[in-house]
Amino acid sequence: MDVLLLSRLQFALATFFHFLFVPLTLGLSVLLAYMEWKYVKTGDKEYLRMVKFWGRLFVINFAIGIVTGITLEFQFGTNWSRYSEYVGDIFGSLLAIEATVAFFVESTFIGVWIFGWKRLSKKMHAWCITIVAIASNVSAYWILAANAWMQHPVGYTIRNGRAELTDFLAVITQKGAIMAFMHTVSAAFILAGFFVMGVSAYHLLKKQHISFFTRSFSIALTFALVFSIFEVVQGHFNGNMIAEIQPAKLAAADAHWETQTNAPQALFVIPDEKNERNLVELIKIPGMLSMLAFNNPNAEVKGLLDFPRDERPPVLITFVAFRTMVGLGFLFPMLTIIGFLIRKKLREYPLYLKVMLFAIPLPYIAIELGWTVAEVGRQPWIVYGIMKTADAVSPIALSQVVTSFFGFLVLYTVLGIANFTLLVKLARKGPDILEGVTEKREVTV
Amino acid sequence: METIWFVLWGVLWAAYFVLDGYDLGAGVLMPFIARDEADRKKIYNAIGPFWDGNEVWLIVAGGVTFAAFPGTYATMFSALYSVLMLILFALILRGAGLALREEAEKQSHRAFWDWFFIIGSFIAALLLGVAFANFFKGIPIDAEGIFHGNLFTLLNPYGLAGGLLFLTFFLTHGAIWLTFKTEGELHDKAMNYAGRLWVILVVLSVIFLIATAFATDIYRNYLNSPVLFVLPLLAVAGLLLTGIYIKQVDWKKAWFASAGYFFFVTLFGVVGMYPALLPSSLNPAFSRTIHNSASSPLTLKIMLVVALIFVPLAIIYQAWAYKVFSGKVGGEHSGYHEGV
Repeated sequence: MDVLLLSRLQFALATFFHFLFVPLTLGLSVLLAYMEWKYVKTGDKEYLRMVKFWGRLFVINFAIGIVTGITLEFQFGTNWSRYSEYVGDIFGSLLAIEATVAFFVESTFIGVWIFGWKRLSKKMHAWCITIVAIASNVSAYWILAANAWMQHPVGYTIRNGRAELTDFLAVITQKGAIMAFMHTVSAAFILAGFFVMGVSAYHLLKKQHISFFTRSFSIALTFALVFSIFEVVQGHFNGNMIAEIQPAKLAAADAHWETQTNAPQALFVIPDEKNERNLVELIKIPGMLSMLAFNNPNAEVKGLLDFPRDERPPVLITFVAFRTMVGLGFLFPMLTIIGFLIRKKLREYPLYLKVMLFAIPLPYIAIELGWTVAEVGRQPWIVYGIMKTADAVSPIALSQVVTSFFGFLVLYTVLGIANFTLLVKLARKGPDILEGVTEKREVTV
Repeated sequence: METIWFVLWGVLWAAYFVLDGYDLGAGVLMPFIARDEADRKKIYNAIGPFWDGNEVWLIVAGGVTFAAFPGTYATMFSALYSVLMLILFALILRGAGLALREEAEKQSHRAFWDWFFIIGSFIAALLLGVAFANFFKGIPIDAEGIFHGNLFTLLNPYGLAGGLLFLTFFLTHGAIWLTFKTEGELHDKAMNYAGRLWVILVVLSVIFLIATAFATDIYRNYLNSPVLFVLPLLAVAGLLLTGIYIKQVDWKKAWFASAGYFFFVTLFGVVGMYPALLPSSLNPAFSRTIHNSASSPLTLKIMLVVALIFVPLAIIYQAWAYKVFSGKVGGEHSGYHEGV
């Protein structure tokens, strides 16, 4: 173990953990805003109960997301100080803008929304969650633009021994930022949709709160349907972009070793990283990889062997993560299309409801794997082509990182268990929690 | 331009201390003044809608350090690795405690999360002070920004004095806030604490001002341009006014006065460091300053536009949020627990 490896593990831990909470926040805030405006427009109390029930789950999730996000911002300084100094001119400003422009708004209005039920007009209250939904998604854009810059640095020049900004607009409007935003936010919306559908399915299976959960299910279904189809199409263009700007990542994601035109895609592959080949390649479709990467079956796809060994990302992790993510990515629209076809008589299909209940974790897995492809696939670079991860780490003592790593591990385990048992408990109780809670407590005012 | 950013940098940190200060202080006070669940609930309701928005000032202050002075950001947080990690853990404990206590059904579970909240608040308050006092004093960093010391290097007498000063200010500020926002026995207790804590705060402030003369170089800038002495004078005025308003039981004014006091205490220290943001105690040439750690003029310009538009905007909507929740809080269930 050295400072570099442990710092990477610590960052991975902190990011993976943080990202268990972010996508639900991004997606559920939009659904909540929709439900609350429905309530304002129709006056139907069931929508209000829906906002309160899903809102309660949202609030818990949001709080843990916030507290675990702060550590990420500061870890660039603590563990990656050389990186921070080298690219802070660009990367730092994107993070700062995110906090100033979006995060401020989000955190202020969430407080007003949570506590303001009795103090605001219905409309004003609905505006609060709408603002939260917009601000969290705007926030995502800035963060993803920062990450996109690490994947594909643009609008900079190397001056005074560091990367300096030359074209701000190029940085924030580059294709990678827009693509990553669409990809990540759609994924988050799918996750939130599956979350609501899964919990609803549980209650529909139990034959309780039928109207409440049928309605919740159908709102989430429409939402997830649209974005899961969009994600497949967008994912393809995302792949085209990777092929163009990060050929090594594409090659690793497909375990593609030899540069060739008319490159085939095998459906089943076992990569053998050590011997720079694939142990097994079954069911090859000729020209398919060229087609997927460049929309042209005759295009040349650069293989891993044409990259120096020390500029190749870890193949096995990238490959497995990518394949699984893509597989899940195709599964989601299939599940939502089936749901759409049987939407009028969901309760007659308990098997489907059961599948949807157990599908709750799948988008979480897909999202974490997506980040694995993005980040592991960028290695050995921290900023593609200009700075290696190994040169980015802070000059700090190993003992410090060991201590903080285990601190994170313990703390996040406790929080993770507390959070998810709580969510499961509340989700199982259903809208009963809205009435049940007051009586249980001994309150003296 | 670098100087404008230097001042903004100080102002953002000062705003963070003033805002998050009272809710962290309220957290530390909880075991001393809350007698039962209803009291704890009142404390929770008094800070619940705000703490999240307050904490963002830290994110913004940190983010601005990164954006405007990346060299300082890199050195500051890697040099103070252990302290910063402890502060981050403490803030996680605090936030998680606040969020999860509300969901606990059993008293014992609630108590468990309350201790997260209390201990988190305490550690964050103390260590923020230790960190900043060490900045004022200078830390052993070499030309490469490598830190020659450990956690205990920072726990020197002056660093600890800073920790105590911050903690006492947060407590006083929190006690004033709770007095302002609550009624009944809790109000009376918080009021007693506010009065007594203020006396300690005066004593500590005097000690800190004197110690600063011996332990740091802060006064040099003031002796060179005496007009700057207006900053510590404003701090002193804030402190005295706090005492006067506490006597007059005018809690709103007392809160603003104590906010003003600490705002200027922070600026007093920060301006004293100018042009350094992170002085080196080994050799002034190794200090991270506005000259050797600032971003490019283009970045500074863009960031300035962003800050000048969005920070005032944030102040406006945060002020609105405070207005929405004006008035005394009770011990009732709030937010997602008040039923439909």
